[in-house]
Amino acid sequence: MRRLTRTSITTLAAMVLLTGVSGATDFDYAKLEKGRALVNAGDCVACHTQDKAKPFAGGRAIPTPFGTIYSANISPDRDTGIGAWTADDFYRAMHEGVGPHGERLYPAFPYPYFTRMSRDDVEAVRAYLMSLDPVSNTPPPNELIWPLNIRTFMAGWNMLFFNKGTYQPDPNKSAEWNRGAYLAEGPGHCGACHTPKNIFGADKASKALQGGVIQDWTAPNLTAQTSEGLGGWSEADIAEYLKTGRNRLSGATGLMAEVVVNSTSKMSDADLKAIAVYLKDVGPSSAPSVSAPAQNFMQAGEAVYRDSCAACHQGNGTGVPHMFPPLQGNAMVQQADPTTVLRIILEGAKTAATAQRPTTSAMPAYGWKLDDQQIAAVATYVRNSWGNKAGPVASDTVSRMRGAINARKAAPQTVGTGARVDAQQSH
Amino acid sequence: MAKKLPPVDVVLVGFGWTGAILGQELTDAGLNVVAIERGGWRDTPTDFAVTFAQDELRYYYRHALFQEPVRETLTFRNSPDQTALPMRRLGSFLPGTGVGGAGIHWNGQTWRFLPSDFAARRHNTERYGAQAIPETMTIQDWPVSYDELEPYYDRFEYLCGISGKAGNLNGQIVEGGNPFEGARRRDYPNPPMKMVYGPTLFGAAAKELGYHPFPAPSANMSRAYTNPLGVTLAPCTYCGFCEKYGCGNYSKSSPQTTVIPVLLRKDNFELRTNSEVLLVNRDPSGKRATGVTYVDIQGQEYEQPAEIVILCAYILHNVHLLLISGIGTPYDARSGEGTVGRNYAYQIVSGVNAFFDDKLFNPFIGAGALGIAIDDFNGDNFDHAGKGFIGGGYLACWNTNGRPIENSPIPENTPKWGAKWKSAVAKNYLRTASVSTHGAVMSHRNNYLDLDPTYRNAYGQPLLRMTFDYTDNEMKMSEFLTERAADLARAMKPREIKINGRKGHYSIVPYQTTHNTGGTVMGDNPRDSVINRYLQSWDVPNLFVMGAGAFPQNPGYNPTGTVGALTYWAAEAIRSQYLKNPGPLVQA
Repeated sequence: MRRLTRTSITTLAAMVLLTGVSGATDFDYAKLEKGRALVNAGDCVACHTQDKAKPFAGGRAIPTPFGTIYSANISPDRDTGIGAWTADDFYRAMHEGVGPHGERLYPAFPYPYFTRMSRDDVEAVRAYLMSLDPVSNTPPPNELIWPLNIRTFMAGWNMLFFNKGTYQPDPNKSAEWNRGAYLAEGPGHCGACHTPKNIFGADKASKALQGGVIQDWTAPNLTAQTSEGLGGWSEADIAEYLKTGRNRLSGATGLMAEVVVNSTSKMSDADLKAIAVYLKDVGPSSAPSVSAPAQNFMQAGEAVYRDSCAACHQGNGTGVPHMFPPLQGNAMVQQADPTTVLRIILEGAKTAATAQRPTTSAMPAYGWKLDDQQIAAVATYVRNSWGNKAGPVASDTVSRMRGAINARKAAPQTVGTGARVDAQQSH
Repeated sequence: MAKKLPPVDVVLVGFGWTGAILGQELTDAGLNVVAIERGGWRDTPTDFAVTFAQDELRYYYRHALFQEPVRETLTFRNSPDQTALPMRRLGSFLPGTGVGGAGIHWNGQTWRFLPSDFAARRHNTERYGAQAIPETMTIQDWPVSYDELEPYYDRFEYLCGISGKAGNLNGQIVEGGNPFEGARRRDYPNPPMKMVYGPTLFGAAAKELGYHPFPAPSANMSRAYTNPLGVTLAPCTYCGFCEKYGCGNYSKSSPQTTVIPVLLRKDNFELRTNSEVLLVNRDPSGKRATGVTYVDIQGQEYEQPAEIVILCAYILHNVHLLLISGIGTPYDARSGEGTVGRNYAYQIVSGVNAFFDDKLFNPFIGAGALGIAIDDFNGDNFDHAGKGFIGGGYLACWNTNGRPIENSPIPENTPKWGAKWKSAVAKNYLRTASVSTHGAVMSHRNNYLDLDPTYRNAYGQPLLRMTFDYTDNEMKMSEFLTERAADLARAMKPREIKINGRKGHYSIVPYQTTHNTGGTVMGDNPRDSVINRYLQSWDVPNLFVMGAGAFPQNPGYNPTGTVGALTYWAAEAIRSQYLKNPGPLVQA
């Protein structure tokens, strides 16, 4: 797909030169490149490409707590895509969450973040999308619960939770910080996953970037808090993680593996550094209060750990940097919500493979080998050893997670199954 | 009717070590490369997860990773006057199938051959006179020297992250390494593995006897390692499941853990699995390969045209494919004419168990190439005058595994079953060390590969027929090595020893080692070789043949290090010479 795109841009550029209409805005190479970079930063492909052979043709199922939404076709097809949209139409969708016919869009399309993008940047995104090959594809109708299936209902939601407005730089911060903030809060829409949601699915603004749960993954705390957040990460650690999917402390799995492969690994080093600078400046959330686990539970967990975990993660939890993440001081391990820890123990995980870190390192599934009580014990053990501190995990929690995994396996494939990461490995 | 596919620059037949390395090298040169692999896709997390990889029944007894005789096998006999019969279950050797080939289930013992190994005929004649080489012994010099291959050995060792200790750095002998090895430009990329008790005792005994023990070079990682391609391997956990198993910890070098993650990201590379190549096609002149014909798992046949065809399968398959495709002259043992299938060779191994009362070894702390070796009796590192044989082998004490089904060392005169057998196993299981010998096999006029006149494979093609037996040279040499092993075992001061020496004819039934060599040997001229010094076919210059089939005879080391070096050597020749001027790289 990348190659195809490059080719079509080159072809267009050649046509422009040959016909002598250079300077025509639609064929502005710099603008298209800027648009492409923003489309990467926004990870548009994650939701809008269902089939690699039909880039941006939409139709990918996005499960939400309120039902399934199917992504729109944003290829330049006139009938089923955005080919007939005017620049104003496109800007209004991005800036206000309103479609060309005045219909309200659902915030699964993260317009509450895209609203912060400058008009210039939105124009560049549109120019890039319009330069692609049109694909005729009508996505299936959404399957939302009442009353959310009535689009006008979103007017009320917007009134309550949507703050329209372009990002305003903070004059007290550096240009780099402002660039990072713009990317993270605008096109990058980090908070869409990493900010906890209220019952209406809107961000809890007061808890920005303090961690959320999405599609049975913990999106970890990105504040400067030490045990759960990025307090122990340097700017370089953050940038390396986003670029390569791996750093000395962690490896991207699950939904974040897709984000790294499709989006952040393609961003410029300067932009990643800017995001790191901004994130390191997000004030820490308050430290969670944690009750100590029972001693016998810890002992049971240690026995499982020595038998099944220590070979890779090492007896003292220090892991093998860049291959098997250390568990000592690991923020994901110590999240208040143990969803990801349990999920990885139950069904295993693969890290993202990138050009810099081409090996997919993986943890095998233990769900078939360990029972709920054993998994609860070992999860509690790793959350409370080597200086780690996090709440004990009850075996009921493991049972619920196991049930959710089984239910998901029985359901049709949706965003977040990891299939796209696998596809990178075996094309 | 075969479906004709769009042409590519290069087609690789088989996707193990040599296919993966060539894929990487030739895509780097900008070529469009397709690899065709008869087996399935396999990767570490999916296929060798540590939660199930250590399964002796599945992998050792049921041969999950090996060539399936129901699809392809061979017939065997000891001598040309016998009738060969088909192997319905693999035994003596275990060729792999599937992505990574036998590079998945090897032990990881990664050696360089001695400089004198590359001049087997000239060197032995000069030192011992022409009569030292019997008329029926068809050994010949390699068309490439150790010094020429050195940089390519180095590349393979750094690709793999070999753990070891140099014994000869640029001509300087280094204490603690192998003093007999050829000069190497730099040390191994990783330090030796942590040594366990049995091999340590062996090393002390060897020193006492005046020999030169050193940690064996190992493709099991002594520490985490990122290779020059950016692929990372993790430290070995010494779990003891290497040979016949895939590694779940990313700790054993294999195509999967060193090359494939980078290669599969490339747009100019494509891998087709579950597809078996049946034929190398040629144009009407017969001098030019036009591509290959292969069949997929549904039985659909395809023709894949290519500018360059490279055989990267196991040696038995490469020889078979040349014979089936009618490329080159099949070897005829009666006349000694012809080259394809000539100089098939193998390895000769023996061992001595040492049983102790007062020492506890933990066989569960094991790795495929974890051990101490001596090279004092390999190649021509010792005086052969009056011994009645040439060549040699290394002696080693390995701690490869404590796999309980496969491994139950018992002393002489123990019943084969029952209470006494059980008590002997229980008594000796943790108290046994073994000294093994790993010997060379010289090529011989009556050891060769050709097509079987009777038996056919699943595709209706004649099976490959192997005619092989050990000769006097090997038997004498192995006896000599076994005596040295017994001396060493005794010097370790055990309660008793048990000598497992070679007796009688070669048997293809018990497992010995998957070190088959020859059949497509490399040489200086087309009269006695199939390929030239760049592994290029003399008959069809756009056809190359990789692998241990190139060895004119088999020295006393495991072959993979040299197979890797030859692959890089050939890749370099293709990149720097052939692509500029396609045609014969050596004039016949």
